[in-house]
Amino acid sequence: MSTRLFGESVQRVEDQRFLRGEGRYVDDVLVGTTGRDMLHAAVLRSPHAHARIVDIDVSGVLDLDGVHLVWTHDDLDGPMAEPLPLLIPHPSLTHGRTQYALAKDEVNYVGEAIAFVVADDRYVAEDAVGRIRVQYEFLPPVVGIAAARAAEHLVHDDVPGNVGARLEQENGDARAAIAAAPHTLSLDLTVERSASTPLEGRGTVARWDPDIGRLTVWTSTQTSTGVRAALAAKLGLDLGRVDVVTPDVGGGFGVKINHPWPEELLVPAAARLLGRVVKFTEDRREHFISSAHERGQVHHVEVGFDDEGRVLGLNVEFWHDHGAYTPYGLITPIVTSTQLLGPYKPGAYRVVFESLYTNTVMVTPYRGAGRPQGCFVMERTMDAIAAALGKDRTEVRAVNFIQPDEFPYDQGLIFQDGRELEYDSGDYPASLQRLKDLVGWDDFPKLREEMAREGRTVGIGLACYVEGTGVGPYEGAHVHIETSGKVKVATGLTTQGQGHATVFAQVVADVLGVPFEDVDVVTGDTRRMPYAVGTFASRSAVMSGSAVHLAALRAREKVLRIAADALEASEEDLEIVDGVVSVKGAPGSGASIDLRTVAVLSNPLRYAFDEASQAATQFSVGDPGKPPVAEDDEPGLEGRDFYSPQRSTYASGMHAVIVETDPETAEIKILKYAVVHDCGRLINPMIVEGQIQGGVAQGVGGALYERMAYDESGQLLNASFMDFLMPYVTEVPERIDIDHLETPSPLNPLGVKGAGEAGVIPSAAVFASAIEDAEGPSHPGLVITAMPISPSELFHLRQVHTEESR
Amino acid sequence: MSEELYDVRLTVNGVAHDVRVPARRLLSDALRHDLGLTGTHVGCEHGVCGACTVLVDGRPARSCLMFAVSAVDSSITTVEGLTRDDGTLGPVQQAFAECHGLQCGFCTPGFLTTITAGLADHPSPTEDDAREMVAGNLCRCTGYTNIVKSVLRAAALRDGRRTPSPGTEESET
Repeated sequence: MSTRLFGESVQRVEDQRFLRGEGRYVDDVLVGTTGRDMLHAAVLRSPHAHARIVDIDVSGVLDLDGVHLVWTHDDLDGPMAEPLPLLIPHPSLTHGRTQYALAKDEVNYVGEAIAFVVADDRYVAEDAVGRIRVQYEFLPPVVGIAAARAAEHLVHDDVPGNVGARLEQENGDARAAIAAAPHTLSLDLTVERSASTPLEGRGTVARWDPDIGRLTVWTSTQTSTGVRAALAAKLGLDLGRVDVVTPDVGGGFGVKINHPWPEELLVPAAARLLGRVVKFTEDRREHFISSAHERGQVHHVEVGFDDEGRVLGLNVEFWHDHGAYTPYGLITPIVTSTQLLGPYKPGAYRVVFESLYTNTVMVTPYRGAGRPQGCFVMERTMDAIAAALGKDRTEVRAVNFIQPDEFPYDQGLIFQDGRELEYDSGDYPASLQRLKDLVGWDDFPKLREEMAREGRTVGIGLACYVEGTGVGPYEGAHVHIETSGKVKVATGLTTQGQGHATVFAQVVADVLGVPFEDVDVVTGDTRRMPYAVGTFASRSAVMSGSAVHLAALRAREKVLRIAADALEASEEDLEIVDGVVSVKGAPGSGASIDLRTVAVLSNPLRYAFDEASQAATQFSVGDPGKPPVAEDDEPGLEGRDFYSPQRSTYASGMHAVIVETDPETAEIKILKYAVVHDCGRLINPMIVEGQIQGGVAQGVGGALYERMAYDESGQLLNASFMDFLMPYVTEVPERIDIDHLETPSPLNPLGVKGAGEAGVIPSAAVFASAIEDAEGPSHPGLVITAMPISPSELFHLRQVHTEESR
Repeated sequence: MSEELYDVRLTVNGVAHDVRVPARRLLSDALRHDLGLTGTHVGCEHGVCGACTVLVDGRPARSCLMFAVSAVDSSITTVEGLTRDDGTLGPVQQAFAECHGLQCGFCTPGFLTTITAGLADHPSPTEDDAREMVAGNLCRCTGYTNIVKSVLRAAALRDGRRTPSPGTEESET
């Protein structure tokens, strides 16, 4: 009897190749015998944040032994010479701008691609890049939100005020509600830039096959189908002549959803021209200065509330630094503006943001995608209300919660997918109770006293969030039961470490009644599933999980139909156990047929090849009076289906942390970290917990250590792992206590919600809350309004606070 | 003008490979691109992330900070060399599989080699020792919780291998 795999912590199938060093990441593709024929690309990048290009001198580059090609913008033509696509237009993005594959006339950030070289190896390609001479006419750089808003200088001459977009949404009359409220507060809150920083950067390998006129591209992306469509359009190829394969990907965290990157177009173009395999692999410095960042926002909050802390009106203005270009539209600030509301229902809400140009690396979504900032703003506001009223921080949150009987709950706004911001399910009071129990909220005053007696200062904080996950438009899946009995599954979105090959196999094995080991899942290969969107917004389990489930059901229907015919039984009486179809309740005793044989019967070939074909001869299916393949049928034991939800499903969670701050050095130590998480039903709890642990660590980095340190001339000063402080094991909590609440989503057949981004969302908010709480006794009234907060920044904050209190 | 090339014999996972490389060719590039041993990954090329860690005469070394020509007299072990001759996973690899010690898998080879050397020095690590052992390697996916667990599990698996009960199969602790 097969055991149900949904909900089990099944060990990951993909680990076997990773642990043996047999993973195939993009830089590994075609290494070996073909590798000797492979050419390597390097890119000349702007050393200046803002400059006009007066002249580019590439003479002498091709004289270098081993150099095959050098391109500047002058060498591009047709669609390749046009700006890169603006992927997600929005009516409010009135001044969207994108860069060229190679800069045309002007550069707008340090790192912008100017010239592209292909050579025998990367070393020679970099030598060649070093021979290119560029004359620049310097322009004043605009760095930081303050400079962008002041607009003394413009990033793009034709974008007045440096404003790319302005978007306002309102539910009720927030300003009137605030004016009429018994209490009001205003806050100014800042979040610095950080970045996804996967251990593997971007990379692309391309091979043009002149015999069949076909391009194959391997690229480290979060969307194979997106890259494929972009390539076809830019290179002027029929879509059917372009295959994009996403091999193993060494982490994405959002940055690899943007596409096409300049190199993603230039490498295939060069491969086609030269008739050779061409590869580009981004190095670490390049990743810092020529991929994408996120998080930089400045916010102003006005809030009106009653004696209980109930928010009557909330008015938020914020300014989003989107860097030099806007290829990914307004997704990040729209997410901030909507998801800021979290589990709460303010009486009235107004939000308005401006998305601003600066001469820095462009901004596209990074894990959490604007939610960490929104959560920081809302939770800082909740803490401020609690402080103003002298109430416990959990009480203020509780009176503002949407209640379990109020779902579905419409927040009266439009979400990033263009659909209503309508929460499908959740139980926030239950989550809060579990969190309080898990972290020991009510016992904390006792701990604080005990620690104080030892001369130690500790603080506790909490933060709550709601996350719209599983955004549309759709994902699809194809399930094929081969005559070997093995099941081949394909879904089009890509994988960057989430264990899709395991969880989707769990889903399929349950539906088809086959051993887990017999299910093989492929993702991100347009040859296997050409219709797909991509991996982002915590959507894979929801979207492809559901699609895989539906496709497997289709295959199962066909299995039962053919088996019923062969066994002369009724479909309803049949079950599939361990790959064998038999009459329910009587496995082994009555007539039965295995899936291999059903697969043979589904495909009336003229020829026989294997044992399954032999076995099939004892059965006869189909109506002898009709064609072997009926008019409404097709050969093969396959199922294909798509899942397209009406709207996102809303996961939620709450984190709490106890920190210790050193009275002298301001060192910040994490003593306890607790997570209550609700992503609906769990397919594989081990994988979900892994996602949470990783998210929390990334959140710790964002809250305490990571920032992009730009100087006033637009140079990124910390573009290396030596200077950009990503957490090692020594910086993360030794243990994370996790409790799961499972409120199933009514919107998809599995009842699941997304889990990938959640861990990182409340970090800035929860650390600000806890550190401020720890500082309270020694520095009453010290307020944390900017993140990240490193020990030196806390030290400085104490000094400023002490001076101001004098 | 072409670069001057050097004939170099690299001994990797017990096998000798003859390659011709320029003096500036990094050991990481030679392993990956000249020998096709792509299990060793390059995450930063400045010696900080640890993804490219290999064992040079049993000691962990960052192959992105070594030239191939400097490795001639050494015996090098890469992640490919941690798998047992019969194709089964070595104890550190096995522990990572059991403890979900990896997600995207890119940093993993560097952890596996580092821990292999670490456990040779400290066969019975405490949890603090385990943290210390991996404190020089970056992982962006896991948050390290399960990597620390994997170190402890690997130590237990190694113990099991070293002291099999007489007359029984190798036991796992």
